[in-house]
Amino acid sequence: MLNINNLHAQVDDKDILKGINLNIAPGEVHVVMGPNGSGKSTLANLLAGRDGYTVSQGEVIYKGKDLLTIPTEERAWAGIFLAFQYPVEIPGVSNLQLLKAALNAKRRNNNLKELDAFEFLEMVRSKIDSVGMSEELLQRAVNVGFSGGEKKRNEILQMTILEPDLVILDETDSGLDIDALRIVGRSIEAMRDSQRAFLIVTHYQRMLDSIKPDYIHVLSDGYIVKTGGSELALELEERGYSWLGKGEAA
Amino acid sequence: MELALWEIIMKKTTLIEELGVADYPQGFVTDIAADTIPPGLDENIIRTISSKKNEPDFLLSWRLAAFRHWQTLQEPSWSSVRYPAIDYQSLVYYSAPKSNKKGPASLDEVDPELLRAYEKLGVPLEEQKLLSGVAVDAVFDSVSVATTMRDQLAQHGVIFCPFSEAVAKYPELVEKYLGSVVPYRDNYFAALNASVFSDGSFCYVPKGVHCPMELSTYFRINAANTGQFERTLIIAEAGSSVSYLEGCSAPRRDENQLHAAVVELVAMEDAQIKYSTVQNWYPGDSQGKGGIYNFVTKRGECRGARSKISWTQVETGSAITWKYPSVILRGDNSTGSFHSVAVTRNFQQADTGTKMIHLGRNTSSTILSKGISAGHGHNAYRGLVRVAGKADGARNHTQCDSLLIGSQCRAHTYPYIEVKNPTAQVEHEATTSKISEDQLFYCRQRGLDPEDAISMIVNGFCQDVFQELPMEFAVEAHKLLSLSLEGSVG
Ligand SMILES: Nc1ncnc2c1ncn2[C@@H]1O[C@H](COP(=O)(O)OP(=O)(O)OP(=O)(O)O)[C@@H](O)[C@H]1O
Ligand SMILES: [Mg+2]
Repeated sequence: MLNINNLHAQVDDKDILKGINLNIAPGEVHVVMGPNGSGKSTLANLLAGRDGYTVSQGEVIYKGKDLLTIPTEERAWAGIFLAFQYPVEIPGVSNLQLLKAALNAKRRNNNLKELDAFEFLEMVRSKIDSVGMSEELLQRAVNVGFSGGEKKRNEILQMTILEPDLVILDETDSGLDIDALRIVGRSIEAMRDSQRAFLIVTHYQRMLDSIKPDYIHVLSDGYIVKTGGSELALELEERGYSWLGKGEAA
Repeated sequence: MELALWEIIMKKTTLIEELGVADYPQGFVTDIAADTIPPGLDENIIRTISSKKNEPDFLLSWRLAAFRHWQTLQEPSWSSVRYPAIDYQSLVYYSAPKSNKKGPASLDEVDPELLRAYEKLGVPLEEQKLLSGVAVDAVFDSVSVATTMRDQLAQHGVIFCPFSEAVAKYPELVEKYLGSVVPYRDNYFAALNASVFSDGSFCYVPKGVHCPMELSTYFRINAANTGQFERTLIIAEAGSSVSYLEGCSAPRRDENQLHAAVVELVAMEDAQIKYSTVQNWYPGDSQGKGGIYNFVTKRGECRGARSKISWTQVETGSAITWKYPSVILRGDNSTGSFHSVAVTRNFQQADTGTKMIHLGRNTSSTILSKGISAGHGHNAYRGLVRVAGKADGARNHTQCDSLLIGSQCRAHTYPYIEVKNPTAQVEHEATTSKISEDQLFYCRQRGLDPEDAISMIVNGFCQDVFQELPMEFAVEAHKLLSLSLEGSVG
C-alpha cells in the first residue's frame, strides 16, 4: 500500500528526514517511536501533504502512485487520514459541518452518492458512543474550547466516519486519561481489518496494550535506527533510546 | 438553531455547485423600454420627478429645500474610500419601465419581462411561486414594480407599499415621519437623496401588531448611467414588531453607478424593528473597473421606552461601500444592535460601521463587525459610540474582527468613543487574523479543496453575524460569501 524509499526531506534547508525506508502492506500495523524532535511528525505530515517540506531525494508510492505529486485533499480522497498531534481549532464551524463536508467531498470524488443531512446525522449518531463523545461536542465549533483529550477523541471520531485506508496517528494517545486511552485503543482495534493499514506514532508502550502492532520502528535524528516486533516496545520502555546509537550505522 | 444552520450548509453546497464559477450571476441586463428623463440636476429636474409622481406641495417644497441645501455642501472626503470625482450633471435621476406607467396595480398587470428578471434573481413575484412568509416590494430603477402579499398584510392593518403610493394614500404619515430621523441636512448624500429620491418602500405597523410575515424589498438597478435614490421608511407603533429584509443587485457594467439611498426607522414604546440587508451590488471586475458606489444613510430611532432596533448587514457587493447604519437610543431602556459582515476583494473598498447614540437612561447597544479582505480589497470599520450626559447606565459592547486573505489587502478599525456620563460602560475589542496554514491544512487533509476550505473557515468567522439573519437570507449570505471568495486562494 505504502512504499517509502530513501526519503530525504528538509525544512528551511535543515535536514529532518535523512533516508527513510518503510513498506506498509494492507492489514499491517506499524508503530513509530523515537525521541522528541527526531522527525516523526514531519514524516506523518509529509505523507498527509502538508506544505513547507522539500524532498531532495527518494520517493513515496501509495497504491501504486507517486504520492508526493498528489494534492493534499486528493490524498484524503484516496484514503489517507492523519490524526493530528495538535488538532486545529476552527471558530464558527461546527464539528458536524466539517465532518459532513469532509465525508461528502470524499464520497463525491469516489463516485459515491453524497449523504443528506438526515442520513449523515444517523450515521454519526451510531458512531459517537463508541468513541465516548457527547452529542453536544458535535454541535460545537471544531476543537474550540475542547479539552486536550476531547480533541484527540474528536480525531478518532473523524477517522471512524471517514473510514480511511491508511490511518496515520500522531501521538493520539498523548494527553488521554486511562478510560479515554482504552476507548481510543478499542476504536482503532475495531477499525483494524485486512484492507486497512496503520502508522502509529507514539511515545508509550501502554497504547500497545490494546493494539498489537506488527512492526515497531525507532526513528532517531531522521533515520530509522531499529525495526522490530511488538516486544521491542517493552525493551524501549525499559532501556530508553540511547543504546540504539545514531544514524547511518544502524 | 444548529440544525437550521446545518440545512443552510447543505443548501449552500448545492447552490455553489449549481452556480458553478459565475462569480456575479446577477450581472445581466433586462431589455425593456424605459421612460427616462435627460441627464442633469437642477430645480426643473426635481420638479419633473415630483410631477411625474403627482406629489403634494409639501413634498416638492421639501425636495427643493433639500436641493438648495445640497448645493451649499461639499462632497465628504473624511472616509478612507477613494474614487474619481462624480459628475452629478451627467447622471440620469429618473428612469422607469414604460410598462409601469400607472404604477403596480395587480400582479397580473406587471410586465412579464420584469417578472422574468426578478425570477432570474431568485425573487419570484407570481403568487404561486412566492416564498412563503415573505412579502416582497420589487423596485426596478426608479420605481416599485410590484408588491406582493398586500392583502394578507392589510388584514392585520400593516401597510407595506411603494413609497410613492404612500405619499398619495397616506400623506399625513409621510409628512409626519419623513426626514424625522435622517433630515436632509444630515449629510451630502442624504441631501442629494432628499432632492431626487424616486421610490422605495414604506411600511407602517400599527400599535400592538406583530407583523405576520417578513417584509422585503429587492432593489434592482437596470438602466445604464442612472443613479438609484430610493428611500425607505419604516414605522413601528407602540408594542408592535416587524422584520424587514433588503436585497439588491445590478448589471455588470464598465462605468460606475451611484446608489445613494436613505433608510429611516422609527420604533415607538416597546416596539421592535429588525432590519437585515444582503448587499450585492455589482462590485466591479477583477481589475477594479465598474461597480456601484453605494453611499447610503441608514438610521433608526428608538423613540419609545424599551424599544429595540437591530441592523444586520452582509455587504459583499459594490465597488465602494460608505454606510453606517445607526441607532439613536432616545427611549429609556431601549436597545440597539449592529451586526455586520463586509467583504472586499479585487479592488473593492468598504468604509462601514455604525453610530450608537445613547440619549436615554439604561440604554444598551451591541456592535459586532466582521471585515474580510482579499485581493487588493480595502476594508475599514468606522464606528461611533456616544453617551450623552443624561444617559445614566448606558452600556455598549463593541467587537471588531478583521480577517485578511492574502498580502495585498488592508483592514483598518476606527472606533470613536465619546462618553459624557460617568456611569457608562463602554467596551471595545478588536482582532485581526489570517486564515492560518494549519487550518487550511487541517481542512484539506480531511478532503476539502482549498476553495471550500476557505469558504468554510470564512463562513465560520462570520457565523455570529449570520445567525442574526432570517433563514432565507442566511442561505443567501453563505452562498454569496462563498461566491465572492472564489479565486481568492493563493
Ligand atoms: N516548520 C519547521 N521549521 C523549522 N524546523 C522544523 C519545522 N518543522 C519541524 N522542524 C524541526 O524538525 C525536527 C523534527 O520535528 P518533528 O515535529 O518531526 O519531531 P517529532 O519526532 O514529531 O517530535 P515530538 O516527539 O516532540 O513530537 C525538529 O527539530 C523540529 O524543530
Ligand atoms: Mg511530533
